[in-house]
Amino acid sequence: MNAPAQPIHFFRARPLPARHAECDHGTPAVVSDEGVTLTIDGFEVSVPKGTSLMRAAIDAGIQVPKLCATDMLDPFGSCRLCLVEIEGRRGTPASCTTPAEAGLVVRTQSPKLQQLRRGVMELYLSDHPLDCLTCAANGDCELQDMAGVVGLRNVRYGVGDQVVAGRSGRHHLDSQKDESNPYFTYDASKCIVCNRCVRACEEVQGSFALTISGRGFESRVSPGMSEPFMQSECVSCGACVQACPTATLVEKSVIEAGQPEFSVVTTCAYCGVGCSFKAEMKGTQVVRMVPWKDGKANEGHSCIKGRFAWGYATHRDRITKPMIREKITDPWREVSWEEALAHAAGEFRRIQATHGRDSVGGITSSRCTNEETYLVQKLIRAAFGTNNVDTCARVCHSPTGYGLGQTFGTSAGTQTFKSVEQADVVMVIGANPSEGHPVFASRLKKRIRQGAKLIVIDPRRIELVDSPHVHADFHLQLKPGSNVAVITALAHVVVTEGLVDAAYVAERCDDASYQQWRAFVAKPENSPEALEAVSGVPAATVRGAARLYATGGKAGGNSAIYYGLGVTEHAQGSTMVIGIANLAMACGMVGREGVGVNPLRGQNNVQGSCDMGSFPHELPGYRHISDTTVRAQFEAAWGVTLNPEPGLRIPNMLDAALDGSFRGLYVQGEDPAQSDPNTQHVAAALSAMECVVVQDLFLNETAKYAHVFLPGSSFLEKDGTFTNAERRISRVRQVMPPLAGKADWEVTQALANALGYPMAYQHPEQIMAEIAALTPSFAGVSYEKIERLGSVQWPCNEGTDEAGTATMHIERFVRGKGRFFPTQYVASEEKVTRRFPLILTTGRVLSQYNVGAQTRRTENSRWHEEDRLEIHPHDAEERGVKHGDWVGIASRAGETVLRADVTERVQPGVVYTTFHFPESGANVITTDSSDWATNCPEYKVTAVQVSKVSQLSEWQQGYARFSRNQEGLLAQAQGQVQVQQGAQATEAVK
Amino acid sequence: MSAVTHSDPQTIVRLANRIGEFFAAYPCHDEAVEGVASHLRKFWEPRMRRQLYAHLDGAAQGEGLSELLRETALARRAELEPAAAPPTR
Repeated sequence: MNAPAQPIHFFRARPLPARHAECDHGTPAVVSDEGVTLTIDGFEVSVPKGTSLMRAAIDAGIQVPKLCATDMLDPFGSCRLCLVEIEGRRGTPASCTTPAEAGLVVRTQSPKLQQLRRGVMELYLSDHPLDCLTCAANGDCELQDMAGVVGLRNVRYGVGDQVVAGRSGRHHLDSQKDESNPYFTYDASKCIVCNRCVRACEEVQGSFALTISGRGFESRVSPGMSEPFMQSECVSCGACVQACPTATLVEKSVIEAGQPEFSVVTTCAYCGVGCSFKAEMKGTQVVRMVPWKDGKANEGHSCIKGRFAWGYATHRDRITKPMIREKITDPWREVSWEEALAHAAGEFRRIQATHGRDSVGGITSSRCTNEETYLVQKLIRAAFGTNNVDTCARVCHSPTGYGLGQTFGTSAGTQTFKSVEQADVVMVIGANPSEGHPVFASRLKKRIRQGAKLIVIDPRRIELVDSPHVHADFHLQLKPGSNVAVITALAHVVVTEGLVDAAYVAERCDDASYQQWRAFVAKPENSPEALEAVSGVPAATVRGAARLYATGGKAGGNSAIYYGLGVTEHAQGSTMVIGIANLAMACGMVGREGVGVNPLRGQNNVQGSCDMGSFPHELPGYRHISDTTVRAQFEAAWGVTLNPEPGLRIPNMLDAALDGSFRGLYVQGEDPAQSDPNTQHVAAALSAMECVVVQDLFLNETAKYAHVFLPGSSFLEKDGTFTNAERRISRVRQVMPPLAGKADWEVTQALANALGYPMAYQHPEQIMAEIAALTPSFAGVSYEKIERLGSVQWPCNEGTDEAGTATMHIERFVRGKGRFFPTQYVASEEKVTRRFPLILTTGRVLSQYNVGAQTRRTENSRWHEEDRLEIHPHDAEERGVKHGDWVGIASRAGETVLRADVTERVQPGVVYTTFHFPESGANVITTDSSDWATNCPEYKVTAVQVSKVSQLSEWQQGYARFSRNQEGLLAQAQGQVQVQQGAQATEAVK
Repeated sequence: MSAVTHSDPQTIVRLANRIGEFFAAYPCHDEAVEGVASHLRKFWEPRMRRQLYAHLDGAAQGEGLSELLRETALARRAELEPAAAPPTR
């Protein structure tokens, strides 16, 4: 019997099977203007003052044995292996804790040192199992390496429970293994108590979840109060696993698959931090993801999502065959790529012929690469011939684009993440980095532990407000919807108390707009006292925070602002972004290291998708479509005439669908049916369309309304680039073939060709070359350069450093003079009433990502298996609601039911939930209230009532039926093929 | 085809008025009008601008529109009102 022929796919650019061996320098790098020169093993070595002897030696290529030292952590000096001799000094100091000094003469090898080290290793191994050949760390075990290095041939005390001279020593070999964490195991029997895991948890991650319990021989690593990992405060970032020199903490994927054979450096596809990872591989199988120390966004750290939650890429729910159907009530039919693409193209052309060119459009993906996003907007503008293109940034950071564009001249964060190391005061507004941008949160907490001051502006008591060794100096716990009142009140204090950096404003900013703004914010009605009733924040707190921010906490201090969707997703989102920019300019806090205005981007490539011309009014590089010169360049390059009018935004497309003037939509890697507000409105709009084409990994919520399904590819299956919140462009590298045979950019290209608009790119590198040729801020970007430098930051062109621009607006703002705008507070339309007396605000959790399509298909759901409603004990008691009860949440838009989490994290009058599970229906409740400038939905403010209920809401019951039905229609398509294949097999047997 | 059949003119009125609320804070009235006009021109797709004028010219006579929006729409009609609906191909 012949097996059905499987297509064979080859990599376009197969990575070299070389392992990115990273050198461990033993102790962290030291930055100093002063250098010292010393002699190590007869070689003259020069290092920055303050560098350890260990690092000085390793930098010079001289290896020093070590176990407790690693360059991610401060030196500890406990393992006694890195001992050295220094001429003229007594004893054998640890090289990790001894600083290099000028003129020292150091020896790292001598018979005496060798003997001491061997003695230390004997003691270590006397309490360690000798199962090396079957141990998961075999091939990656520093203890084994050191045993080899010191020439250990015998353990005089016996190993583990061996009996020597009739005696057997105490040991830990029978310790119980903790396998509670789904991603790694803790085997205490292999622990050498080097403290690297405990220190990684403290110094790198900042969770302080691990400690060493017991003393002397009893010492063991202990999560929390000697709890299993899963019951402790551990957030599963994996820094401890990475730090462990033995198999004590090891990834379950390594236990299962064995050691990886090669690695490829790539970029994480989760949040906007854009961490760099080594995908450690065996053939086309990912064995583990290890954060890359040379990655500038994360410098060797990661969170639970990036390091562990990549299993979705090969999940059984992946759809790998194109499918079509006439109506959304029909079963899906698996078809060839050609048939699916021809059908989609035919439908779009038919709709345009009947209803006009502008009756179709598309949505680019902030999860896809720059090249893919560029290609989708190109297809829409050039092949569809309309500007009806938008991206999911519409519903997250579009106000950032508008606000920073108006004030500074371009839509981008001003700093690198590393810049926070220079900040003296950090103001976090409407962001919860511990959950949403965890690797940045770790950097921030480290800076706070070093003494920087912290101001948090958030309606909730987020983790940063009060966590181990991190406390907010000011928490402005405002009422949701009052951001603009608070930012204007802060500005009022700065102006009326003489805290403006007048020299900076005079030199850098537009004077007329400044005078206008100054007069506006100085009005008595904008004082903290006057706005206290609106914001709920005591005036004294506002005044204290304003003074701290304006002064940077000390003479010449640096204050930096980091903000998130709690700023943008409001009816006044753009006004708030402008207010933040006003404040930063007035205080002279833009244009150098340690200051700045930094949007924390939601999805991995939100920055990139905006840069790539995904907004309906802008061509790549934020240039308005009405600009004749710019348009002419694109028209010449693309060989078409472009429409000079702005196109529809996502909410406008949905409204127009209900009007009947918008009937066809191409959606790449987004899920508006789950992620966009007022779900019932979205569902009605999608249902009204004649052709919805969804390109995705899974049958997502939007695909349930689709007529054509084109299988997408994960970040592991394609080449390209992502741009993170620092404007850093990093490579995404293919490590496995696309499961469906085509990377996303190839699908878009094939669709363009089917539409009769030719595209013939052979590799995403050519797409980037086109972007660079057409976009001045990208002119210096190329794959060759990224390969050479690791990453580049736009603007990157002739006028910048080779690697682009780390800090923006250094001497002047992109627009020339920074411009101020008055920021009048206007109350949201979502007002509390007797019928809807509470305000619902929304957010996210660490373990889940956005609509959850990826993370829900991993073990991450063990941390968060359902969305819950946080409600203050006072509001809960009033409604007879107890922790864990089912509660109905009703708004003007709809009603859903969740379980209650009674907690003081929320203030009275405010409830909170997340939107990671479609059945939660968080967006059934959110309304179509939106930002005035960009129509970014007001997810953060919805007036609701909460009551105890005993059954799911009507919407949820309907959703469950609809969803079951749609899954059945999918199963029919897949079952149908199985039946066909079965028939073929029967034929073959005959 | 008919692109100007928005079932609910109140959506357009709401969106338009919200823009006005931002620019109304300008002390100079001309700047406020310019701000609103420029915003509508730069960010509103033609069919939305057509809906605005249809509401303004129709029986409702722009009911619900704020003074600033009504004034801007009328004063800047030449640049804001799109030509007739675009051709189908």
